[in-house]
Amino acid sequence: MFGAGGGTSSYEEVEDTDVVFLWGSNAREAHPIWFHHLLKGIRRHGTRLYVMDPRRTTSAQWADQWLGLRVGSDIALANAMAREIIHAGLANTAFIANATEQFEVYAGAVESYTLEWAEPVTGIPADVIREAAHAFAKADRAMVCWTLGITEHHNAVENVLALINLTLLCGHVGRWGSGCNPLRGQNNVQGGGDMGAIPNKLPGFQDIELDYKARQRFEAAWQCAIPPKAGWNLTQMFHAMERGALSALYVIGENPAQSDADAHRISALLEGLDHLVVQEIFLTKTAQYASVVLPAAASWCEGEGTVTNSERRVQRIRKAVEPPAGARDELAILSDLARRLGHEWGTPSAESVWNEFRTLAPHFAGGMSYARLESLGGIQWPCPDESHPGTQFLHARLWETPRAGRAAPFSIVHHDPPWEARDPEYPFLLTTGRRLESYNTGVQSSSYASPLHRGETLDISPEDATRLGLADGELVRVTSRRGTVDVPARVDASLRANLVFMTLHFPDDVATNLLTIDVADPRSGTAEFKACAVRVEPIGVGAVTLD
Amino acid sequence: MTPLVQLTRPSRAPKATVACTINGQSVQVSEGTSILAAAATIGVTIPTLCWLETLTPVNACRLCVAEVKGARVLAPACNRAVESGMEILTDSPRVHLTRKLVLELLASSVDLSCAPELTALMDAYGARPERFGPPAPANAAGTKQHAVAGHHAPPDPAFAATTSEPPTVDNELYVRDYAKCVLCYKCVEACGTDHQNTFAIAVAGRGFDAHISTELGAPLPDSACVYCGNCIAVCPTGALMAKREFDLRAEGRWQPEAQHAADTICPYCGVGCTLTLHVQDGEIVKATSPMDNAITMGNLCIKGRFGWRFVQSTTGR
Repeated sequence: MFGAGGGTSSYEEVEDTDVVFLWGSNAREAHPIWFHHLLKGIRRHGTRLYVMDPRRTTSAQWADQWLGLRVGSDIALANAMAREIIHAGLANTAFIANATEQFEVYAGAVESYTLEWAEPVTGIPADVIREAAHAFAKADRAMVCWTLGITEHHNAVENVLALINLTLLCGHVGRWGSGCNPLRGQNNVQGGGDMGAIPNKLPGFQDIELDYKARQRFEAAWQCAIPPKAGWNLTQMFHAMERGALSALYVIGENPAQSDADAHRISALLEGLDHLVVQEIFLTKTAQYASVVLPAAASWCEGEGTVTNSERRVQRIRKAVEPPAGARDELAILSDLARRLGHEWGTPSAESVWNEFRTLAPHFAGGMSYARLESLGGIQWPCPDESHPGTQFLHARLWETPRAGRAAPFSIVHHDPPWEARDPEYPFLLTTGRRLESYNTGVQSSSYASPLHRGETLDISPEDATRLGLADGELVRVTSRRGTVDVPARVDASLRANLVFMTLHFPDDVATNLLTIDVADPRSGTAEFKACAVRVEPIGVGAVTLD
Repeated sequence: MTPLVQLTRPSRAPKATVACTINGQSVQVSEGTSILAAAATIGVTIPTLCWLETLTPVNACRLCVAEVKGARVLAPACNRAVESGMEILTDSPRVHLTRKLVLELLASSVDLSCAPELTALMDAYGARPERFGPPAPANAAGTKQHAVAGHHAPPDPAFAATTSEPPTVDNELYVRDYAKCVLCYKCVEACGTDHQNTFAIAVAGRGFDAHISTELGAPLPDSACVYCGNCIAVCPTGALMAKREFDLRAEGRWQPEAQHAADTICPYCGVGCTLTLHVQDGEIVKATSPMDNAITMGNLCIKGRFGWRFVQSTTGR
């Protein structure tokens, strides 16, 4: 954000902030050790926690106030808070004048988002919205933290911008204890971005189209021409397969056959490819479609390298065990592949690749030698030189007078409900998420004997269960416009009426993604896993025992 | 350039300095420093059992006691703050005798076979638990969990009463061995307000019947436990033990001296918890996190502590 692709605060600041908006996140289960830091804030500092989530999750149970908003009404809520803050005279005018631009346009855009309008749209009482807005604006230090409840929507980027707007409005960024923080869902999703594994960036978040000088630097180092053109994100790739513009795919450590929305369509597209290469640690569902499978080492414990976490801390991963016979180090596989394609990369080590990155993105990681990563227990980027301690929080420059660098713009975003609404044919809204003991499509988490493991269920509110005459464990048929699955029902008091919940953890038993919709955010490429309309029908074959 | 507001962490007022003597040596520390920490500044080590740097002191074990001149009773060094003018003795005959007795009482009633630090202390203090008589026969399984306060029979003076009973194995992730529990409270603290805030366990019962219990003594799978294993991480005696280690020990195959450890990062969510993988014969046998790690403080979630088995899957890799 504001030119840097990472969360702005450190975990330590979570223990020392006054107000946390935990928005679209069940961190208690999805980021348990981050939640420990928040609990320290709650218990020792007196941090007040507001949780914005349609479900009353185990995180929401720790909140001073749970704002159980309707799925996909996040921008309505954020804009209503912004209007209230502006009208109550609680906006940080000194910060806005110094650091931001487009405030007047923004203020005009949120003017129609009155509390009275927002109450029926979000499902949250007006005085609850007002109180939360005032608490955030009046706090000395406050932060917004979010996860997939914000980003798994067709307007994911706009959702994020709506939250960033709130931090700009109140001056809650660029200072100790204030910031905007996406909690990363995978151990190196931040590091992937750092290293340029996003369609429009070179390593170190240098723009592949706009940053001519950076491109030149990489071309000189790599002795090849780099097309000044952004690539496709995942969703765009599937669209390209559909129109025949993409016929060969190389998948590394991802299981799109089960992890992506509208699984029937994804499977057909993968089957239709001329050539599919899958580099994996298991023969996943995706790998079963492959023309060639490259068995890989599990890098996190069978190889060397680095990963970056949600506070931008680059940390070392180290080899603890040997990979099984035949599984190879991923760097060795890639180097061999390059050789076959006519490029001699030699036999690079993880450290030599990292050191090349440091020279090509010096402002970003120049000071992060392996020796320093080791001695300092990881370093938070940016860290430009070897005397630099790393950066605990980003964007302090916005507070300098006169401001250093570009202004942070307010973004004009408007309420845009989920693509599919409930209707008489599909009267429930299905939302998806994670459970504590499981992870994504279960490739890693299905092979340990957790007493918490219970198979997939359709979680349904007590009101709806009563109305449909459902008891725990009774099989139901769940149907969306794209597919049908049979799954046991589980009555869950954390859900409101008309909202049902499933995970993606057990795709071999219940392929939830047959139901989900693949409308995706045009910029991030993330599909709207958080909302699709479904029908729920008791099958009438009786109950199975849950657990 | 001047920032509009202070951007960095607000500094706290410096604390006053207090001066005391420890074993006759002058020591100056900031106000609020414990006797334990003050002693460490001059290289004096005080033995501890229930104290851990990541937990709030609970003053349960009385092993770290020190003598404060003029005080009627010995002070727990882990939690007693140094005051100006204190004269502290950390190894006086009275302190020595107390520690020896504490160790003897523990060792006469509890199985310390997985607590090498305590057995080393027993040697150092000349503890002789056998003077209380031969250990009483083991109790039936589940005795501790189902003890009813005030309902125990008077012990037979010919034997030393023990907590001995077969280990409780009610899930595939970790084992509770009440015979090894010294009631240090560390697991309760880690499960409670210090870290995990799950409150699955507490101390139930009184006197010799006191024991760590789930709510109403329920089996773990029926309790509030979320299997983070942060209790295992702080247990000093092996009373809480990952099932994998328990099984290898039972088979006589647990060999700490043949293990090596490597620090890496957990493969699950994006928090970035350091995982120390303990490897024996090329196989991961345990995962922990360093106590001094700023992200974890030694804590993990169920996935980090137990979810690495997939790497060693015998099918499909």
